[in-house]
Amino acid sequence: MQKLADFKLPQFFNYPPYFTLQPVRDTREKQIQLWKELILDYCKSQKTFLICVEEDFPLFSNSAIDRSLSHEAKETFLSAIVGEGRAEWLDKGHRKCLILWHRIQDWADIILQFVRDNGLEDSVMTVEEIRSGTESHGTELQGIDRTILMRALKLLENKGKLALFKGTSADDEGVKFSV
Amino acid sequence: MASGSSIGVGGLFVNAEVTTSGRPVLRRNEVECFLLSSVDFDSEDDPPRFTALKSGNLILTTHRLIWIPSEPNGAVPSSIPLAAVTHIFSHKKSIKSMFHSPRIRFQADPGSIVVTIVFRGKGDFDCFLTKFWECWRGRAWDEEDKSETETSRSGGSATVAQGLYGNDGTVRMVGLAGILRKEQEQWESTDKSLQDAFQDLNALMSKAKEMVSLAEKMRQKLLSAPSSQNSSTDDEEMGSKEEMQQWMLSVGIISPVTKESAGALYHQELSRQLADFVRIPLEQAGGMISLTDMYYHFNRARGTELISPDDLWQACTLWEKFDVPVMLRKFDSGVMVIQNKSHSDEEVMSRIRMLVTKTEALRAGVTASDAALTLKIAPAMAKEHLLTAETKGLLCRDMSPDGLRFYFNLFPEIDLTNLHIVKDFGTYGEWVKATSILSV
Repeated sequence: MQKLADFKLPQFFNYPPYFTLQPVRDTREKQIQLWKELILDYCKSQKTFLICVEEDFPLFSNSAIDRSLSHEAKETFLSAIVGEGRAEWLDKGHRKCLILWHRIQDWADIILQFVRDNGLEDSVMTVEEIRSGTESHGTELQGIDRTILMRALKLLENKGKLALFKGTSADDEGVKFSV
Repeated sequence: MASGSSIGVGGLFVNAEVTTSGRPVLRRNEVECFLLSSVDFDSEDDPPRFTALKSGNLILTTHRLIWIPSEPNGAVPSSIPLAAVTHIFSHKKSIKSMFHSPRIRFQADPGSIVVTIVFRGKGDFDCFLTKFWECWRGRAWDEEDKSETETSRSGGSATVAQGLYGNDGTVRMVGLAGILRKEQEQWESTDKSLQDAFQDLNALMSKAKEMVSLAEKMRQKLLSAPSSQNSSTDDEEMGSKEEMQQWMLSVGIISPVTKESAGALYHQELSRQLADFVRIPLEQAGGMISLTDMYYHFNRARGTELISPDDLWQACTLWEKFDVPVMLRKFDSGVMVIQNKSHSDEEVMSRIRMLVTKTEALRAGVTASDAALTLKIAPAMAKEHLLTAETKGLLCRDMSPDGLRFYFNLFPEIDLTNLHIVKDFGTYGEWVKATSILSV
């Protein structure tokens, strides 16, 4: 079966109707679910956090069968994922979609685990260090989308697990853990 | 009401044959001329010479007066041959007659029985009377040529004022009276040439009728011709035979129901005639035919006196009221078709299923034209069937610059919990096999 980068595509990726938004309700429901699963799986494996509807996204076209999703189809499928809480539109025009292949809550748990694993319970780190510092190499946090990271951190802040504070410039936002 | 029999003394009435839709079966050269509803046949003698026929449809033809009961009340459709009519009494209009239903009396054999026709419904009574005279005088049953003299219209030429004609028969064109006379004369000559032209038209019409009956004969011959023994398997011959058959079919109707002859009952009678006619094209088209195709077939067969699309549609909607084996059906897309009541969607669905699960169709899908060829139906019908199959979840669609294609719907067979699984059984597996022939 085909691969996109190192991602193994399922057989039905070559099924032409998969790329046409189905008008019949029950058929469309199933189609939407299949696209949701596929998009989330793919984004997780490629660590893709953002899909821009107007740009080419490798998953949205299949050159082997010469088919690609229409704009309406892309919006329908992405909106369905947003509706289930696994994605968010970043703009009103629905052009940029943030993909939460881990939910914010899941990310928060991962951060806590990261803190424990590295003995950072009472330490201070910058936000940037969390996502690109040496400790994060090889972990899921490496390269995490900044917006998502901030949300997870805010969630933990509300639970009293840490405190966020501003540094001298925007890049220097810091975190004090009190896990 | 006497049950069953309306035959009077000495066999005045003859039972009339009707079709399953309630239309009269006409004789070989018989043409309908007029139709009225709510008509009674009474005997005003005391004691009555025959059992009265109440509340029926009266159909005047070139050969008979036919009476068909409008409700099933035990009365039998009856007719009186025009040949048996010996005298038609003139209709005197009087103050009294204004308040009664109009009636006509005529005398018929055997027995010189006086029959009164009472017209209780709305309808052009005067026109009927004129036609009655015409048909009776026309003596179509004698199979004489309809000569010009027989179809003389009553009161065609205006009465000529006496006194302006000279002894030699020519008009004296003198003074003002002369000018007026000249104009009158011109008008008369125009009128006369119009009449002549119409005589020709009537002659043409009767010739047309002959042509139609000839075509009908030939069609019968073709239908019953045994094609076996000396069949030199001429595909060409068979082809042209089919063409002949088509052409014959298209000239099938001899006596069209027209607004003129049927008046207020136009749509009802048209509806019945249509139900009879529809049977054959419907069979040929595989049980379902679009309304537009039927419009073409029906009008082509009628030749003249074409009906409007609206009349056709009205006639079809009236079928609900009668017990006919055909119905009008409207698809979601708005397309309207005529189909046999017995036609089943299930049968079409199973044929489509067989079509789309073939290897080639699994791989590349089917278009409406593919389906039309395989199912042997019109492309528009094929498309409707494919859309219906899609709505039922049997098919799903693929839209591309190449057009619209339909595939067997694999979505239900795909496992959401494990996207990579393909079961051994099921069409999904078949599809994978069919497409793997291509993949490198």
